[in-house]
Amino acid sequence: MSEQTELSGLKAWLSTDVPASRFQAKSIQFYLGWLKLVSNPLAFLGFLILLVLVFCAMFAPFLAPVDPLTQDLAKRLSPPGVNGYLLGSDELGRDILSRIIYGSRITLFIVTLVAVTAPVFGLLVGTFAGYLGGWIDEVLMRVTDIFLAFPKLVLALAFVAALGAGIENAILAISITAWPAYARIARAETLTIRNSDFISAVRLQGAGTLHIIVRHIWPLCLSSIIVRMTLDMAGIILTAAGLGFLGLGAQPPMPEWGAMISAGRKFILDQWWVATMPGLAIFIVSLGFNLLGDGLRDILDPKKSKS
Amino acid sequence: MNEQETLLRVEDLWVRFPTRNGIVEAVRGISFAVGRERVGIVGESGSGKSMTGRSILRLVRSPGQMTAKEINFKGDNLLDYSERQMRDVRGHKISMVMQDPKFSLNPVMTVGKQISEAYRLHSGASRGAAKRKAIEMLEAVQIREPERVYNSYPHEVSGGMGQRIMIAMMLIPDPDLLIADEPTSALDVTVQMRVLAIMDKLVKDRGMGLIFISHDLQLVSSFCDRVIIMYGGKIVETCKASELHNAQHPYTRGLLAALPQIDEPKAKLEVLDRDPAWRDQESVVAYD
Amino acid sequence: MDQPMLEVADLNVYFGEGDDFFQAVNSVSFKVKKGGSYGLVGESGSGKSTVLRAISGLIADWDGRICVEGKVLAPKRGKAFYRKMQMVFQDPYASLHPRHTVDRILSEPLGLHGIGDVETRVLKALDDVGLGKAFRFRYPHQLSGGQRQRVAVARALMLEPQILLLDEPTSALDVSVQAEVLNLLSDLRAERNLTYLMVTHDLAVVAHMCEEIAVMSHGKVVEVLSVDQMRRSEPKEAYTRELLMASKGYDPEFFAGEAV
Repeated sequence: MSEQTELSGLKAWLSTDVPASRFQAKSIQFYLGWLKLVSNPLAFLGFLILLVLVFCAMFAPFLAPVDPLTQDLAKRLSPPGVNGYLLGSDELGRDILSRIIYGSRITLFIVTLVAVTAPVFGLLVGTFAGYLGGWIDEVLMRVTDIFLAFPKLVLALAFVAALGAGIENAILAISITAWPAYARIARAETLTIRNSDFISAVRLQGAGTLHIIVRHIWPLCLSSIIVRMTLDMAGIILTAAGLGFLGLGAQPPMPEWGAMISAGRKFILDQWWVATMPGLAIFIVSLGFNLLGDGLRDILDPKKSKS
Repeated sequence: MNEQETLLRVEDLWVRFPTRNGIVEAVRGISFAVGRERVGIVGESGSGKSMTGRSILRLVRSPGQMTAKEINFKGDNLLDYSERQMRDVRGHKISMVMQDPKFSLNPVMTVGKQISEAYRLHSGASRGAAKRKAIEMLEAVQIREPERVYNSYPHEVSGGMGQRIMIAMMLIPDPDLLIADEPTSALDVTVQMRVLAIMDKLVKDRGMGLIFISHDLQLVSSFCDRVIIMYGGKIVETCKASELHNAQHPYTRGLLAALPQIDEPKAKLEVLDRDPAWRDQESVVAYD
Repeated sequence: MDQPMLEVADLNVYFGEGDDFFQAVNSVSFKVKKGGSYGLVGESGSGKSTVLRAISGLIADWDGRICVEGKVLAPKRGKAFYRKMQMVFQDPYASLHPRHTVDRILSEPLGLHGIGDVETRVLKALDDVGLGKAFRFRYPHQLSGGQRQRVAVARALMLEPQILLLDEPTSALDVSVQAEVLNLLSDLRAERNLTYLMVTHDLAVVAHMCEEIAVMSHGKVVEVLSVDQMRRSEPKEAYTRELLMASKGYDPEFFAGEAV
């Protein structure tokens, strides 16, 4: 009885027309966005997939049936379901399921690190270039162009080759290739926004460039950047997998999914599961990000908020 | 004006939109008729006037739903028409001019091509004949260099000229009824007057009916023969344009009082006191 | 007091360079006395809004003289200037930041100028414009056009300026809402002895709100007249007369038969 009224208390707090504080107002907007997400079945599916990814990464030691690094050469290349290996075993007799579960940590690590570096840097470059214009814009955009001119994988390869193989360098390389797109997006948004009346209004209050960019322009760029980022994630995972495949990313025996596919290449005809299982994992996670990204675009689209 | 042949008769029109918060009723059971005369439909935003215009041509898109007892045009019920038959009506028998030529003219086609296309669509004429007719129409809307304008693109012409081009395009198939949805709201006031003069002449010369939808009560009362006032999806009043100052309904009187007038200084503009009862009153039937 | 609150002399404003060079405002001069209400009337392209933007400092590429209370203004303005003069913009849907609450919008100028007592001032501002404290934490998309415009007026008054520049403040609003906002502006001006410079294309609105008007066309001032003169239909210039006639409604004899 009291639990019910408590829940309706929270719900009431979240549905009021008259928020009483900034925190409440923001929470309400967040809640409305959440409702939109839940009502879009594909987007919600994407969200669930990513939730599973995070869950696996967090609770890997509890979820994985065996240690991912333990080898059992007698039981190598067992098919799925045989010898207690749910998804089969690889060429060194390691449990593929456990390796995939532990591999989710690496995937999450890559994705998170790239997400906090590339878009942030791109946002900085794009918004300052767009707002300040003039030679600053020219210089920053030409630098962006230079990075954009290289095919992503080639540039990443070059960096990793120069810096040395390893997962951190792979992430750095990917970030370096990913930021220009965000700079372009941020700049395009800034160019549209900077002539708006609300920017003129705050200029007329004496606000400086930094205040305007950080407090007024960034919040509006955030939606496009977030959407772009979610949609890019699939590509980033694949690039990391590609680097892993080439032996330039995570080093053995780390259970990075791309490296697993590479190792399983040799057996693809007869023991298809060694390469296919990690491949499916990559596919599902990429799909999850894409679905979520599409859904987020619907939620965060500022045009929808226009009366 | 003289003996009305009723061109259009709408009975019990409803337009509903399902939204997350329930069904929004944009138009709530209105009935009116239009003959070979100029009828103005006036209302503020949200009154349902634009939806009414679109409903006549059955242009209300899903998820919006339009229902009516009858939409009778020259003896036939448009509600019974198939989509194919409606296409024959649109632009040909009933035309619509909208607010902003920037959005209603195709930006990648020359003006002339668009007008000719409108003509050929309904008459099947040859390209040469269509071009001649198009230039004739451009002259009829008082465009000074019709050949030059024929070859220009929409972004190369001014707003007023764009609207005249729209009118030319919409009148070239010789429709019986023209629906104009805020046709001059995007124009400067002197340009507005010129465009209205052209519409006035063409409508009179061809004996057409005109439905003029606008938020500008003063403009509509000076341009039209009859005025229909909408509020909350219903018709609250209808009268002859010349009788508008004797309007009875408090909403109409309120609108008139809220307008600043050049001729009579007012210390304060009367603020409209919206009575919620207005939304529940029966819609006034405006058949004459 | 002889000294006009706002004086503009020989103002020229330019846009673009080279092929795109364009003079939007040409030798515009007028004076507004303290507590007065002056209207700049014209159609689109007349340069009236550009004059406002040059006066407010949003545009820096102008020459001529702009004086506020006798002091000549430089193209770059300091913070003190913004406490003297503020602007209300035309489009209520574009003048409020879509991601900021009303509270944030109103308290921002106070934060930028280090003015304390934020909560009291914000609540008083909401009261002064006829919105209650219920509106304090709403977002602009939850407000109607008229409510947004009231927030815009409240924002303009937060720094307690003496001059308000009004750029077509009601042209995007319905007639009944326009009446409320115009009444609000008139009341505020009377209460606080504000000076208004209003730009509009609507002669009826300018007749209601202002005492004197300058009619502009193609960047130049065509005629200056008092509102009384206008009401008595005494404009001297043909363009002003045409504008006046057009504002009174459709008149077939006056406007028919002119090819463009």
